[in-house]
Amino acid sequence: MALLEVNNLKVYFHTRNGVVKAVDDISFSVNSGETLAIVGESGSGKSVSCYSLLDLLPKPPAVIEGGIANFDGEDLLSCSTDRMRQLRGNHIAIIFQDPMTSLNPFLTIGEQLIEPLIYHPEKSQRLNRKAARIEAINLLDEVGIVNPDSRFDSYPHEFSGGMRQRVMIAMALINKPRLLICDEPTTALDVTIQAQILKLIKQLQQTRDVAVIFISHDLGVVAGIADKVLVMCDGKTQEQNTTHKVFYNSTSDYTKKLLSAIPSGAKTKASGAQQGLDLVRVSHVKTYFKDFSNSENSPVKAVDDLSFSIKKGEIFGLVGESGSGKSTLGRSILQLAPLTAGSVHYSDTEISTLNPNQLMRWRPKLQMIFQDPYASLNPRMTVYETLAEPLLYHAIADKKTVAKQVQQLMDDVGLDRSSVLKYPHEFSGGQRQRIAIGRAIATQPEFIVADEPVSALDVTIQAQILALILSLVEQRNLTMLFISHDLSVVRSICDRVAVMQQGKLVELNETEKLWDKPEMPYTQELLKAIPPANPA
Amino acid sequence: MKKPFQTTAQRSSLWLDAWFKLRKNRMALFGFSVLLILCVVSLLTPWIAPYSYEAQDLMLGATPPSVAHWLGTDIFGRDMLTRIMYGGRVSLMVGFIATAVALVIGILWGSIAGFVGGRVDAVMMRIVDIMYALPFMIFIVLLMVVFGRNILLLFVAIGAVEWLTMARIVRSQVMALRKQEFIEAAYSMGLSRWAIIRRHIIPNTLGPVIVYTTLTIPSVMLLEAFLSFLGLGIQPPQSSWGLLINYGVETMEEYPWLLIFPGITLSLTLFALNFLGDGLRDALDPRASKD
Repeated sequence: MALLEVNNLKVYFHTRNGVVKAVDDISFSVNSGETLAIVGESGSGKSVSCYSLLDLLPKPPAVIEGGIANFDGEDLLSCSTDRMRQLRGNHIAIIFQDPMTSLNPFLTIGEQLIEPLIYHPEKSQRLNRKAARIEAINLLDEVGIVNPDSRFDSYPHEFSGGMRQRVMIAMALINKPRLLICDEPTTALDVTIQAQILKLIKQLQQTRDVAVIFISHDLGVVAGIADKVLVMCDGKTQEQNTTHKVFYNSTSDYTKKLLSAIPSGAKTKASGAQQGLDLVRVSHVKTYFKDFSNSENSPVKAVDDLSFSIKKGEIFGLVGESGSGKSTLGRSILQLAPLTAGSVHYSDTEISTLNPNQLMRWRPKLQMIFQDPYASLNPRMTVYETLAEPLLYHAIADKKTVAKQVQQLMDDVGLDRSSVLKYPHEFSGGQRQRIAIGRAIATQPEFIVADEPVSALDVTIQAQILALILSLVEQRNLTMLFISHDLSVVRSICDRVAVMQQGKLVELNETEKLWDKPEMPYTQELLKAIPPANPA
Repeated sequence: MKKPFQTTAQRSSLWLDAWFKLRKNRMALFGFSVLLILCVVSLLTPWIAPYSYEAQDLMLGATPPSVAHWLGTDIFGRDMLTRIMYGGRVSLMVGFIATAVALVIGILWGSIAGFVGGRVDAVMMRIVDIMYALPFMIFIVLLMVVFGRNILLLFVAIGAVEWLTMARIVRSQVMALRKQEFIEAAYSMGLSRWAIIRRHIIPNTLGPVIVYTTLTIPSVMLLEAFLSFLGLGIQPPQSSWGLLINYGVETMEEYPWLLIFPGITLSLTLFALNFLGDGLRDALDPRASKD
């Protein structure tokens, strides 16, 4: 008998626009010491199915329409609120995606850690502060916090993202749960940190013999950690099998589609780079920011003395972890962030010395695609207005022809013409990114900075957007600076890659050469941290 | 495709969509109608009022509502209905014009300060702080001394005070908006600062601005009453709702209708404004549901 056995779970949302079957007849089980991965794209119901077990869904609109969730002889779906609270505290724990928002910023992490120990629901098991502190420090040590004794009294903002996720894991484990639910625990983290956290979860699971449900949108992440995989789509089970079988002997078309969407291998298209023609030249660029939090007034060196050039027609990759300064560099090249020193040349013009008015004439040629398609579109402008604005403003189209040009743009980026009057919130993330791309190419630019254009998207959508970007670059003869933290994505579309760390250029080489023979230790570390695309 | 591309696309905009949505919102439509009726009645008052606003009938004195005087008469025997109608002319005009003045100055000031930031922001906001600190009464008295008593001056004076809060609200909104990626996208598209403020910033600040506006209009009407009460605004025998309420309060125990009817009128206006304001806010937010 498995520790948790869920049968025929159905969760529906009763919304104004009708019933949404978020989870539709799902069954799964997980044993102690076993890891079940639930994989699906956003909206597939993977999180809802787990949240419903812990009574964490807003009701209404959510209604559990049927099913049984047997946890160690008890039905989670029918137990009382009080009992559920006890279960949540003691036997089932959950780790959320974003470690930044899951901790209370006003309390030290120690205070937050010992809370469940000193206010334990069963009075006999309550510890006094001293004992709780010792327990918490041991646990912090176990999850890999250095100097746990002094870090006990630190506030959440004093930890990095990866360290915070470790603290979250420690919090989840403090009452020795038997089931641990991880909801995309590494999605918000850098690739090297992700590798560490995954290793930690696996290791803790083995030493503590807990059952783990690992929710993820990324089959690649799951490959190295799960014993079993459940693939979900639109609330239904697509496939359920051992990890090995799902990856190598999949019976489901949907799983195959997901697997093929994982970027892997080298770029297949030939490079469009034209030899000897440097379109963008960056020399000794420094971008510093004032750091108000430190008293010595030493600036934050976001970009620290970088030089390289981008050839006409090539896709130039820029990789690095968060805080490495790669986004700032992209903005500095486009003169959206002021340079502290150095120069940026575009063809033969030094654009870093132009004043704002002169720069305005160059802007149409230099465009940008942003990471978050939810934030980069004006929520009060329809697609039509968003796409028509640059056309009309730069007099590329006049009032008579603009509608036709907008139509053409929508065709180019693969948007349905009939949705021209919709607002951004009516689109999915992928479609929004298409709108943003349409806006970027509206002015017929020559050079585009793409700042993590696919990191906010599901893997299948990501593949589509990457294909779109590649085809646009080819058709329109674009030059692109492609910024990303995802090395697999960069490898699949870039001609040359530069690696950045803490504002400095670590290594720069042609993509495949970099992959074959990374010279610098940091590059080697980055490449090693990429989760294996297939289980070993 | 539902409609032909060109005709609809060019006409559709935030404002047109808002109008379609507003028309479906019954409460907002009710508020709009009430305000419209009040405005029309006020405009036509000189022709449709049953009596003259200053005609006294001392023999009559204060009488409760009757067939001849629907809403009764005040202590000088003046018809209350007539006085409320004439009062509406002043109150609505002060309410709308002073608020419009506050709105225009406040939005421009706040969005420029918030958007440009840095030293410009510091200077502009210190000016706002100074204006806040200046006692309102002294400011009004100074204006009166320099320009003499004038109803236009009343609008300017009230508007000049009310825009301060509006500027602060807009500024904080703009500062939050300024860091959004779509503003950066507008920059990278080569739009001028003014175009960004006009096309991307101001439309996105409308929600709180509209709510605050609907709160400002009634408070402006009461401010006018306060000034009039001090002898700085409207003088009897002219009337305004605020003035009528003030006199009504004095005689509340003997002649309650002198307070009740102007009170009801002002409350009704307030309700109507709030319904309309809520409706407008929802209508101007495309993310609010369409039905």
